[in-house]
Amino acid sequence: MAELHFPDETAATGGIRNFSRRAFLRGTGGLALGIYFAPLLGRGSLAGAAGDFEPNAFLRIGSDGLVTVIAKHVEMGQGSYTGLATLVAEELDADWGRVRVEGAPANTELYKNLAFGLQGTGGSSAIANSFEQMRKAGASARAMLVAAAAEQWRVPAEQIGVRQGVVEHAASGRKAGFGELAEAAARQALPADVKLKEPKDFGLIGRQTLPRTDSPDKTDGSAVFTQDIHLPDMLVAVPLHPPRFGASPAKVDASKARALPDVVAVVEYPGDEHRFAGVAVLARNTWAAIRGRDALQVEWDESKAFRLGSAEILARYRDLAGQPGKVARDEGDAGGALERAARRIDAEFEFPYLAHAAMEPLNCVVRLDEGRCEIWNGEQWQSGDQRLVAQLLGIAPEHVSITQLYAGGSFGRRANPHSDYVLEAVSIARAARDQGLKGPVKMVWPRENDTRGGHYRPLFLHRASLGLDEEGRLTAWQHRLVGQSFMQGTPFESVMLKDGIDKVAVEGVDNLAYAVPNLRVELHLAQDIGVPTQWWRSVGHTHTAYAAETLIDEAAQAAGKDPYQYRRALLDRQPRHLGVLDLAAEKAGWTSALPPGAQGERRGRGIAVHESFGSFVAQVVEVTLKPDHSYTVDRVVCAVDCGVAINPDVIRAQMEGGIGFALSAAMHSAITLKDGVVEQSNFHDFQVLRLNEMPRVEVHIVPSAEAPSGVGEPGVPPLAPALANALFAASGKRIRRLPIGKQLQA
Amino acid sequence: MIKLNLNGKDHEFDAPGEMPLLWALRDVAGLTGTKYGCGMALCGACTVHVDGQPTRACVTPLAAVAGKQVVTIEGVAGQPAGKAVQEAWRKLDVVQCGYCQSGQIMAASALLSANKNPSDTDIDSAMSGNLCRCATYVRIRAAIHEAARSLA
Repeated sequence: MAELHFPDETAATGGIRNFSRRAFLRGTGGLALGIYFAPLLGRGSLAGAAGDFEPNAFLRIGSDGLVTVIAKHVEMGQGSYTGLATLVAEELDADWGRVRVEGAPANTELYKNLAFGLQGTGGSSAIANSFEQMRKAGASARAMLVAAAAEQWRVPAEQIGVRQGVVEHAASGRKAGFGELAEAAARQALPADVKLKEPKDFGLIGRQTLPRTDSPDKTDGSAVFTQDIHLPDMLVAVPLHPPRFGASPAKVDASKARALPDVVAVVEYPGDEHRFAGVAVLARNTWAAIRGRDALQVEWDESKAFRLGSAEILARYRDLAGQPGKVARDEGDAGGALERAARRIDAEFEFPYLAHAAMEPLNCVVRLDEGRCEIWNGEQWQSGDQRLVAQLLGIAPEHVSITQLYAGGSFGRRANPHSDYVLEAVSIARAARDQGLKGPVKMVWPRENDTRGGHYRPLFLHRASLGLDEEGRLTAWQHRLVGQSFMQGTPFESVMLKDGIDKVAVEGVDNLAYAVPNLRVELHLAQDIGVPTQWWRSVGHTHTAYAAETLIDEAAQAAGKDPYQYRRALLDRQPRHLGVLDLAAEKAGWTSALPPGAQGERRGRGIAVHESFGSFVAQVVEVTLKPDHSYTVDRVVCAVDCGVAINPDVIRAQMEGGIGFALSAAMHSAITLKDGVVEQSNFHDFQVLRLNEMPRVEVHIVPSAEAPSGVGEPGVPPLAPALANALFAASGKRIRRLPIGKQLQA
Repeated sequence: MIKLNLNGKDHEFDAPGEMPLLWALRDVAGLTGTKYGCGMALCGACTVHVDGQPTRACVTPLAAVAGKQVVTIEGVAGQPAGKAVQEAWRKLDVVQCGYCQSGQIMAASALLSANKNPSDTDIDSAMSGNLCRCATYVRIRAAIHEAARSLA
C-alpha cells in the first residue's frame, strides 16, 4: 500500500466528474436504501424528489420548504453537522427549525476536505475548511430563491429580502416560503459570484445557543448508526481475531459453530500487516453470531506473530533514547548550554498504548453485487476507503458507494489509513459470496475485539533535559522522543515524513512556544514493532503537551517562581497563548488561595497551555488529595481561542468532552501487552472516566476575529499536564508515567 | 413464544429464552434505540426498564422478562419522567456522538421516577454505571437537575 499517492491518484476518479449526487446514488442503488429506511429515519429521506431545488452539492430545498444540508464531514459527536448547517443556513437566511442534515456520499471531487484534498474528517478541520465553502453554498441558493421571486413578482431583486426562511418584498407585501419558490429557483442561473455577509450581520454564527441538529433523533432512539442498519437478507458477521498481531488461522474446526441455530456460515479470510486475518461466523442475528464465534476452535499460525510485551518494547526504547536520534529542531547549542547550566532538570516520561474505545464498537455493512460494492458506515475516511475497497475487489473506485452514517464516537479510529476494519468487512462479504451467500453482511466487532484491535495511540518514551541559569531563566531544552510512526507506509508519508522525522510524533514540542535560546528535539522511529498504531484524538499532542507542560512547571519550581507567571514571561511573543493563559488564570482566581479541604486533605492547583490544530487552550485544574493519597479532580477552568466562534455552545461542549476524554487517559487507561497478547479486553480492565469522577467545568471563549480553527481535539492536550501539576502542588510528587493510577499511593 | 409487555403493548417474541433481551429487542423486535456497548453490563448503553427498574439488557435473558413490563427508549416518552428527561436533554444539548444516550436517558428517567429531587451524590451513584466516551457528564448532571425542576 506504500505506493499510494492519493493527491495525484484521485484524478483516476475523473470518471465521476460531473456526476450529480442524485445520479450517483441512483447508479449504485442508494435510492433503494432511502426507501427502505424512510420510515426509520422519519425526518426526511436520503435523497430528494422531483420539484426539489438542488443548487449545488451541499443543499437541497424541498417543495415542503425543508432545507437539507449535505454534510461532507461525519458527525461523530463533535457537532460537525450542526456547524456545517449553521454556515449554510446563515447565508441562506433559513429558518433553523426547518434545517436537516444528511451525510454526503463518497465523491472526492465534490466533497473533498479542502485541508487535505481528500474526502475525510480529521485534524479538527471540518468547520475551518468549510467556513467559506458552505457559506457560499448557502448564499448562492439564497440568490437563486430571490431571483425566482423577482421573476414571479416582477420586482427588482434588490428590493427583496429574506428572513428565517421567508422571501419577502416589503413594498408590495408579497411573501413566499422557500418551498413555494423551490421549483422556480431551480430554473435560475447559478450566480457567478456571491457576496458573503459581514460578521456584524451574522444571525446564527456566534449565537450563544443554537440547538444541535442531531439532538432530537439522538434522544428518542431513532438516530441510525452502523450498528442499527438492517437490510433484507442481511447476515451478521462476528469475527474471531488471532490473539497476537500478525497471526492467521492455521486449522479451523467450525463444526460446533455451524451446528448452532441461526448460524448460516463460517468463513476464513486473509489479512496483512495492517489488518486482521480471521474466521467469521455469519448468522441471522447478532447473538447467534457471537455464540458461533465462541464455539469456534482455531489453531493459529503464529510464525509471523509479534511477541514482545510492553516491558520489552520500553526496554528497547530506553536503549534508543540513549543514542542520538534524527534532529527535528535545533536552535542554538542545547548541549553546550546544558553543560553551562546552573541547574538541570532531567526527566524520562512513559506513555502507554491507548485504545480509542468509542462506545460503538467497530462495525461496517457491505453489500456486494457484480462489479459493485455498497458500504454503510460511520464513515470518516471516504477517499481512502473507497480507493482501497476498489483495489481489493478489482473494481473501479466509482463503483464503491458509501453511505455516511452517524458514528458512535471515533476519536480518529474510523479514519484508518489502511482501511483495516472496512477491508475486513469487505473480505468477509467476499468470502461469504464465494459460498453463495449474496445478501449484505454487517460485520460487528464485539467489545473485546475493539479493545484488542490495535491501531492504538502509540507507546512513547521521552527523555528530556532542561537547563536554568543562576536567575532561574530557562537556557536549554533537549528533548528526545522514541515511538512508532503511523504515517510510514500510508498516503500521508510523502507529506508528513521528512528526513526521518514524523511531524505528528514531535508536534507540540518541536514548535515549543516558550522562548528558549537553545532547543534541540530528536526523534527515533522504532521499527519492527508489530502493534498497529494510529492517530488518537489530538495525536502527538497527547504526549508532547504532557512532557512540555509538566517540564515547564518543574522549571518554574526550580526557579522559585509562580508557574503561571513563569510561563507568561516566556510567552511574551505569543499573544494567543497569553490570551488564553491570562483568561483561564483570571477566571480560576489563580492569584487567590484555594479554599482548604477537610481535615487531613490537601488541595492543589495546576495550569497548562497548549496550541494544537490552530487553536489555543489553557486550563486550570483543582484537585483534593485525600489522607490515603487518593485524589479527586474538583474543578477545571478552560479558556479557548479558536478564532471566530461559530457555535459557542458546541465549542463549550467540545472543551467539556475533551477534558473528560483526557481525564480517562490521564487517570486510568492503558493498553499493555504481554508476550504479544493485549492484556485488556473490556471496560473492566481498560478503564475510562465515569460520571462520579467528572469535575465541574467552566469554559470561556476568547472573542476573536481570526479565521475559525477546530475544537474537536484542542481541549484534550492541556488537561493531563495541568492535572499532574495540580497533583504536584498537593503532594510534592512529579508523575512521569501515565496513567496516574495509584502512583500517588505507592 | 415469550410474552411480555413492550412499551405498553403486549408482545410475543419468537426467539430462544436464553437470547439476551438486548438482541431480542434489536434484532427480533427491530427496536434499535437500545445499544450494544460491552456485552458484560459494564457500560450501560443497553439500559432499559423492567417493571420500572433500570436493567442491563445485554446480560438479561429474554426468558427472565417473560410476563414483565419492558420499556425502551422508544417508549420512555410515555412516562412523565422519561418525557421530562428527553426534553431536558434537548434543552441543554447533552448529546455528542449519541450512542450511549439511550442508556443514559433510561437510567436518568428511572432515577427521577424513584427520586423526585436527586442530589449530585444521588446522580453519581445512579449514573456512574453508564459510560460516555464523549464525556457529556457535566451536561448529564445538569439535565437531570433540569428535568427534576420541570417535574416539580
